[in-house]
Amino acid sequence: MSVAGPAARLHIDWTMCDGRGLCTELLPEALTRDDWGYPLAAPGRVRARADASNVPLTGAELGAAVDAVKLCPLLALRITGP
Amino acid sequence: MSAAIATEPLAGAPSGRPAGSRLFAAGAAAGHAAHLAAYGPVPRHGRDWSLAQELEASGLTGRGGAGFSAWRKFAAVDRARRPARYAGRAGRSVLIANGAEGEPLSFKDATLLHNAPHLVIDGLLAAAEALGAGSLFIYAGAARLPALAAALAERSDARHIALLEAPDAFVAGQSSAVVSFLETGRALPRDVAGRLADGGFQGRPTLVHNVETWAHIALVARYGAGWFRAEGTAEDPGTRLVSVTGDVPSEVVLEVPGGSRLDGVLASAGVAGDAVSAVLVGGYHGRWVRPSGVVLGGGGVPGGGPESGSVRPGAGVVHVLARGRCGLAATARMVEYLAGQSARQCGPCMFGLPALAGAMERLAAGRGGPELVREVGRLSGLVAGRGACHHPDGTVQLVGSALETFADDVRWHLAGQCQETGGAL
Repeated sequence: MSVAGPAARLHIDWTMCDGRGLCTELLPEALTRDDWGYPLAAPGRVRARADASNVPLTGAELGAAVDAVKLCPLLALRITGP
Repeated sequence: MSAAIATEPLAGAPSGRPAGSRLFAAGAAAGHAAHLAAYGPVPRHGRDWSLAQELEASGLTGRGGAGFSAWRKFAAVDRARRPARYAGRAGRSVLIANGAEGEPLSFKDATLLHNAPHLVIDGLLAAAEALGAGSLFIYAGAARLPALAAALAERSDARHIALLEAPDAFVAGQSSAVVSFLETGRALPRDVAGRLADGGFQGRPTLVHNVETWAHIALVARYGAGWFRAEGTAEDPGTRLVSVTGDVPSEVVLEVPGGSRLDGVLASAGVAGDAVSAVLVGGYHGRWVRPSGVVLGGGGVPGGGPESGSVRPGAGVVHVLARGRCGLAATARMVEYLAGQSARQCGPCMFGLPALAGAMERLAAGRGGPELVREVGRLSGLVAGRGACHHPDGTVQLVGSALETFADDVRWHLAGQCQETGGAL
């Protein structure tokens, strides 16, 4: 994560997410998977509780994040401002 | 739940305005005539008076749990609404009085709706006038509705307020769940991209307040911010209702000034201080504390935990655990209940809370070593912040406060003993 703060955030709508894991494949630096397969912000990305559902992204990750938003089969992702 | 009211005598009420209890000044099950006799008519204010300004100056915070500034929510809806001349009734803002009270230990909202329904109605009407609102609702459990319907029928100015039957579920009172219920008939929390003020019910600016908050708004509209601040402290002005439950002589609703000492509140409820082991403040999403020296208040102070000598009142629950009862066992039962109350929409909550409940149950039963405490911490980290509503966060707060407050008991349990109940596990 750049010292200047995130370029954007990946918002996870937990009411939609089913833990298919596509986003974790596309964004291996930003996301891992929890005990049950749901995307989990990588260690060090969560500074405040809200970051767990609005994962900070670097500028270099934006392209892959856009792909994740488009490819998520459950439409559970959205890119939001930093 | 019976509607016992016992109120603290309040000092400093200006003459001509209710002395003693503010919210129950009209007496038990007050009809409209008794209500007007106690509080007087809503005054006609001059052109330079504004409810928004009075609310801001009053410092009133929400009484439903989160303790957010009532004025900020009001102002957000005020900004988001379109001028009435551009919007038909169906496009105007929506006001909802939330009396769902899904918290099992709370009965102050039921008590308020039973005894002072006209204050809640007055609060809605005052805000509706200020905001040009198009739709007004009172959302409450089935048992509350007949009395509310009778109260609405007693007056000619409230016929447009609609009653909604809230389902009996812990998360049914969560504000986005209230809006979902209005739209879909199912009280499920939703992923809220923006605030309800900017797009709630049918995309309209929506203001959801707890019923007690509406009652205080009614009084601020009548008597002003200065009167409101005559009780409580600068940081926690006004009064609030608390439900005192658990190991108490009788469960009771008290109206107490902001910043009250917790031991004083317990004494008012007839609880002897030396009989108390710990108190759960705020309900199942609240915190366990040892009551000595703790002040109940700071509704709007972020992170007002026990270390600062004050504990956030949350939904106003003061639940007493007597000496000789195990706080870890009590907490384990609560977490088990909360896990069952997940709306099962969000994976980390749906799977994480049962896992957390299982770990707490093993801790309560003394089945495991120090790794069990680490596992509770790890699971708490996995569910915190990962849901559409704060159900997982509230559960994590309860668990965290139990590990802190009952730290000695945790060590005894891991050694196979319970200090409180005095036996082997």
